[in-house]
Amino acid sequence: MSANSPQSGEAHPLRLTINGQARSLQVYPWTTLLDLLREQLDLIGTKKGCDHGQCGACTVLRDGKRVNACLTLAVMCDGADLVTIEGLAKGDELHPLQRAFITHDAFQCGYCTPGQICSAVGLAEEGRACTREAIREQMSGNLCRCGAYSNIIAAVEEALPLMRAKANLQGGPRA
Amino acid sequence: MTPFSYHKPASVGEAVGLADVSSRFIAGGTNLVDLMKENVVRPERLIDITGLGLNGIQATANGGVLIGALVSNAELAWASVIEQHYPLLAEAILAGASPQLRNMASTGGNLLQRTRCYYFYDTGTPCNKREPGSGCPARTGLNRIHAILGASDACVATHPSDMCVALAALEAVVHVQGRAGKRQIPFADFHRLPGDAPERDNQLAADELITALELPPPTFEDHYRYLKIRDRASYAFALVSVAAGLNLNGGVIQDARLALGGVAHKPWRDPAVERTLIGQAPTQALFTQAADALLQGAEPLAHNGFKVPLAQRAIVRALSDAALGAKARGATS
Repeated sequence: MSANSPQSGEAHPLRLTINGQARSLQVYPWTTLLDLLREQLDLIGTKKGCDHGQCGACTVLRDGKRVNACLTLAVMCDGADLVTIEGLAKGDELHPLQRAFITHDAFQCGYCTPGQICSAVGLAEEGRACTREAIREQMSGNLCRCGAYSNIIAAVEEALPLMRAKANLQGGPRA
Repeated sequence: MTPFSYHKPASVGEAVGLADVSSRFIAGGTNLVDLMKENVVRPERLIDITGLGLNGIQATANGGVLIGALVSNAELAWASVIEQHYPLLAEAILAGASPQLRNMASTGGNLLQRTRCYYFYDTGTPCNKREPGSGCPARTGLNRIHAILGASDACVATHPSDMCVALAALEAVVHVQGRAGKRQIPFADFHRLPGDAPERDNQLAADELITALELPPPTFEDHYRYLKIRDRASYAFALVSVAAGLNLNGGVIQDARLALGGVAHKPWRDPAVERTLIGQAPTQALFTQAADALLQGAEPLAHNGFKVPLAQRAIVRALSDAALGAKARGATS
């Protein structure tokens, strides 16, 4: 190792965009994106469930794709465009998925909900789920220990065409 | 996590120059970060390879494809060339992990996820894979998910990948680069059986990096099946999985591949068994014989005896589905 190589314990500069806002930060290499959001940036809508990529409560959108923030090292997100649950509504106007979750009462305790909604936004952008069965399969990375699955699937099923219509209106693929 | 230093090299040469036994390469990180959180793996340095540009999928001169090591599992499964010409691979990838993990996990990293079991993850117990020589509690403990083929006294863990089972059946070639240069490793030789060194899952040296994966020209484009049997409908490791591919002409099998997941330390294949299918008509009786032959050496443990008949039936079903053809069975992938 050369003398100017990074040493253990050294913080690294990190520039990223979170919910449309450019941020310049310093992070330790072992800080996960989930801990960065919750502990350093006070974005506590993203939840820590299992912390092992098994429950999906920490799902956020990285460059438009859904990922588990708990298994993402923040230092590896330099230059990324991140969207969390806090970034989906436009002022008082809820995202179509947020509205659909309320309409269908798609939660009980609500702990998994931010991850479920971010995951469904990612699912919509992927454009691969055209049937209820496919939605169920492609939402399988998000667990709900209250068992609100049937209402969650109903909410996603209802919101998908609304998001497609909105994307067409705006001329882009983003929901 | 135990503190470590972080490096992001700009070239493959620089990356392999930084690597040794105390470092790890990281791309998607879906297995490595998890293992580091549990203190199962404690590298002193992480070498971030995501800036190396190994992201393309391109045609090769002989009609195959070369897949960059950093192509994500989701990108690969949904690439049009893979969907159209290697649907067995697409079906296997989409049977694995979750959509989030498939967005993160890389092609190279899928091969390098650890062969593992819950004792490997539990630092409160011995494990020969985690701490060589400390013992294997799985052999006499809870071993429902463990290996029935190719295990050793030292280790009975299984390789968890779905993608790798299809890659074994497709006879992919792994392109690697180390400080000594480049080499290509046939897929069957890439992963190891545990023997008396279960701490080594594969043949790579510490400084060697997977740069790409090569697929031979397309085959099994209609007569294929990846069948995964697990404890729940989605997002669980395979108890048993089967990758089957057949080439049929005039009702006779011209070529056959058969690989198993969830049963051994590496994807399980026996070309001698595949050869018994060639020149035959695809019948249930023939497939049953092949299944029995592939499982002949099975040595189940106290809690996983069910895997032998499960694998037997899964092989027959996967081969039958493959013989029927994807169009006939209405597969969408």
